Amino acid sequence: MKSLLAAAAVIVIVLLALVSLFIGVGDVSWAALFSPSPDERALQLLVISRIPRLLAVMLVGTSLGVAGLLMQMLARNRFVEPATAGSAESASLGVLAATALAPQLPVLGKMLVAACFALAGTALFLLILRRIPLRSVLIVPLVGLVLGSVFDSVTTFVAYRFDLLQSVNAWKTGDFSTVLRGRYELLWVTLGLTLGAYVAADRFTVAGMGEAFTTSLGLRYSRIVALGLVIVSLVTAMVVVTVGMVPFLGLLVPNVVSLFMGDNARRSIPWVAVGGAGFVLLCDVLGRVVRFPYEIPGATIAGVIGSVLFLFLLLRRDARVG
Amino acid sequence: MIEAKNVTKRYGTALVVDDVSLRLPVGGITSIIGPNGAGKSTLLSMISRVLPMSSGNVLVDGLDVVTTPGDVLAKRLAILRQDNHLTSRLTVRELVTFGRYPHSKGRPTVKDQEHVERAIQHMGLEALSARFLDELSGGQRQRAFVAMVLCQDTDYVLLDEPLNGLDLKHAVSMMKQLRTAADTLGKSFVLVLHDLNFASCYSDHLIAMRDGKVAFQGRSEDIMRPDVLRAVYDLEIAIQHINGDWIATHYR
Repeated sequence: MKSLLAAAAVIVIVLLALVSLFIGVGDVSWAALFSPSPDERALQLLVISRIPRLLAVMLVGTSLGVAGLLMQMLARNRFVEPATAGSAESASLGVLAATALAPQLPVLGKMLVAACFALAGTALFLLILRRIPLRSVLIVPLVGLVLGSVFDSVTTFVAYRFDLLQSVNAWKTGDFSTVLRGRYELLWVTLGLTLGAYVAADRFTVAGMGEAFTTSLGLRYSRIVALGLVIVSLVTAMVVVTVGMVPFLGLLVPNVVSLFMGDNARRSIPWVAVGGAGFVLLCDVLGRVVRFPYEIPGATIAGVIGSVLFLFLLLRRDARVG
Repeated sequence: MIEAKNVTKRYGTALVVDDVSLRLPVGGITSIIGPNGAGKSTLLSMISRVLPMSSGNVLVDGLDVVTTPGDVLAKRLAILRQDNHLTSRLTVRELVTFGRYPHSKGRPTVKDQEHVERAIQHMGLEALSARFLDELSGGQRQRAFVAMVLCQDTDYVLLDEPLNGLDLKHAVSMMKQLRTAADTLGKSFVLVLHDLNFASCYSDHLIAMRDGKVAFQGRSEDIMRPDVLRAVYDLEIAIQHINGDWIATHYR
């Protein structure tokens, strides 16, 4: 049953991937590519724009999904992800700081500044969680949203002063239409981070059981949390710098996977990775066909689909537990 | 041997555990009893290093629990605390397998699997092993946690209220299993128990705590006495000697 499901998921994603290569204003068709005298321009379009875009979509989906899963285990709460834990907002603030203060900095440098900000913001979130009495599971994401809004307002204020509001918007809304060869390669690092998370999967599962269990099993809780924070912050920063944040992904995909597979990270990370890639791919393709020849950013579509699905999931879960 | 020296826990000005020095005997079952707020769970948590001490130190087989690497201690001492609320959805078998983590580091061998199967059988969880923890009753979950801790296969096992949420049948069978493990495998158990009679019937050694201090300790017949229990609980407790056990009748 599960291998059948896996096969179906992979087939759907491959089909979506093929579709995504052949839609767009520029004419790239099967016939043009594989005719005896291939169309040079179509081939170029494919290599410079369509394939990088597809890869960026997959990398973002995979890494943000797994980052969401890690956040949920570190905060021990199902309703957090980088976008509801202050990580994405503090990363945006970081890119803004880098852009305003050191405009000459290369993308890699901006990303590292953003990662440091994201690390500090997410760590602050976890620190606040330790300090406040948690009466309800919903307090946790609310704290994250409040913290994120604080970062957001600082960002908006500074961006307004420096006339950078438009750039800020680009970091906050994931849009893959600007992805070109040479402008997305940083995202490959997220694949390494995702693999790193998979290698340490058992540690994260143990940390998800809480500090006492972790200590009793001979592991250092603080070390696992630090590792998780570094992965989440780097992934978030890279996504924010290259294409912009995609909302709900880190929330939705791990929760759906958890329903079917449980939370043993060793088993669930591959599913979250595949599911995340599929979700973003679907959103991107939809965004490109809904108002053809215009485009709606993938993040906007993700917000619409994600919020509806998540609401459904939330109500269903409550019904089952209660 | 577990040795606690001048162990103290302070929250602000409140002394929860007050300069406790103890040697816990090797082998057998030691039970800590006492009223609410006596510091039993706090002491157990400090002994097992999951809660930092305000002062004092604890040695397990001569190893200081604060300075010894966690993975070394995890092969000698396991603890199950009282409030085990998991947000993770794990199956019973997955949870129990994680008890092998100190030995397997996440790559369970055939030998680890045997330990897992044995622990699942011991706790009567065969039929539930593929179920998720959030689909079990409180008592079933408690048994799964105990199975996990037993699976860690340590010389010292510390359990904070292991009978929490168990029905009579499973409470008796849990205590019998701990007794068997102590007698045949030579393990040492330290339990915090609220049920005086379970403590009396199954323990080799009783420790009675009150106001953060060890008030009395000794064998069942030394502790299960009306004058001792009155000093510990502020309650008149009659003791009957039935079939060789000291039984408290404190219900009226």
